[in-house]
Amino acid sequence: MLYVEITKQLAHFEMNIHFEMCNEIMAFVGPSGSGKTTILDNIAGLAHPDHGLILSNECTFFTTGEKPVPARDRKVGYLFQDYALFPHMTVEKNIWFGVRNSERKDSHEMIRQLLVVLGIKHLLQKYPHQISGGEKQRVALARALATQPSVLLLDEPLSALDKETRKQCQDELLRLHNMWKIPFIIVTHDHDEAERLSDRIIYLEQGQITDEKRKRSVVSTY
Amino acid sequence: MLDMDYSPLLLSLKVAAISTFVVFVAGVFIAYVLAKRDFFGKSIVEALFLLPLVLPPTVVGFGLLILFGKKGWIGSWLLEWFDFQIVFTWIGAVIASIVVSFPLMYQSAAAAFESLDERLSNAARTMGASEWRVFWFIVFPLAWPGLLAGLVLSFARGLGEFGATLMLAGYIPGRTDTIPMAIYFAVESGQMEKATFWVVMISTFGFSLILWVNWWSKRNIRRFTKS
Repeated sequence: MLYVEITKQLAHFEMNIHFEMCNEIMAFVGPSGSGKTTILDNIAGLAHPDHGLILSNECTFFTTGEKPVPARDRKVGYLFQDYALFPHMTVEKNIWFGVRNSERKDSHEMIRQLLVVLGIKHLLQKYPHQISGGEKQRVALARALATQPSVLLLDEPLSALDKETRKQCQDELLRLHNMWKIPFIIVTHDHDEAERLSDRIIYLEQGQITDEKRKRSVVSTY
Repeated sequence: MLDMDYSPLLLSLKVAAISTFVVFVAGVFIAYVLAKRDFFGKSIVEALFLLPLVLPPTVVGFGLLILFGKKGWIGSWLLEWFDFQIVFTWIGAVIASIVVSFPLMYQSAAAAFESLDERLSNAARTMGASEWRVFWFIVFPLAWPGLLAGLVLSFARGLGEFGATLMLAGYIPGRTDTIPMAIYFAVESGQMEKATFWVVMISTFGFSLILWVNWWSKRNIRRFTKS
């Protein structure tokens, strides 16, 4: 479960966002500069609201007047636009970077499974500049999920891909969500993509929710 | 063959190596801390760090004498409490080298950190990395070509330092005669062969160093950017 209620003054407007989600896929759709990425940054702990409350399951990430939980302790997977893979590390090192030493042994099977599902086992010894856009996207997904997050944030994850690869990656995202069953938040410009991927679409403009649409019934798991 | 005393070479290498080590650690640390923070007066602090770049070496030497001379603020205190003096010792040469080469290291490190993509550090943070881990595993290796350039420039500057060193450490053969000092005093006393020897040696060394850094940087940058 994820609960977000935030107010933040941005350069040109004040952002006011309030939503609650269970283990569903939710898409934020809106024009550039409407505050979509800022919401993700606030959930991940890379930026902080002026006021509000952010809860994930039992953990309070942020509440007004208290010290926010740092990004490193939030267990939030974040797939950045253009993926932000570490260029000096191989795919294997990128994926294992976030796995703590104490969890390495137990993570082997989970990561092996991720590599198989995403079809990137053969890329382990390559560097990010040696693989294609679609492969980068899969590696970034594997890296974000390798830390076993409680929420996965995806900032325009498919915008750099061609139509065919995009479709494949959308299918993979849906398959992964079925396996992981955690809240996925996807930021996108593309309305069709939001329709195809998400259970719920939130439309944003100037930091305000202007509309909300549920695509199919979502069974709450909390 | 010249009947040469090679102590200037050893002393120059010792002075440049120690000063480069200090300047590298301090320059990287300060540049990283300042790159992450914005505060009132930051530009003034940065201008102070870069000041030795634009000041004549004699002015830097004068400032150092005010600080470390026998009657200087720090110098008199060191003499009184530890019976230790910095002027006319090789340590004075190290301090002069540190002050003149620090701006080069600071500038290179600041530029290297500035050019890094902050999203990479943020990605590491969301994966549970502490600030220490972010620095060692992400920031430092990615900034390394720029840091290396600063390291080499600082070393070369330390090796070639003359004016401030002369004012603080003086010229005492066998104790404070670095290569630049040996060149100057060889010319002064008409020993042109000796001066030529040191000029050729320091020029060859500097040239080789720059060639190597350029080659190394290009090779490493290529490694992460081209298939």
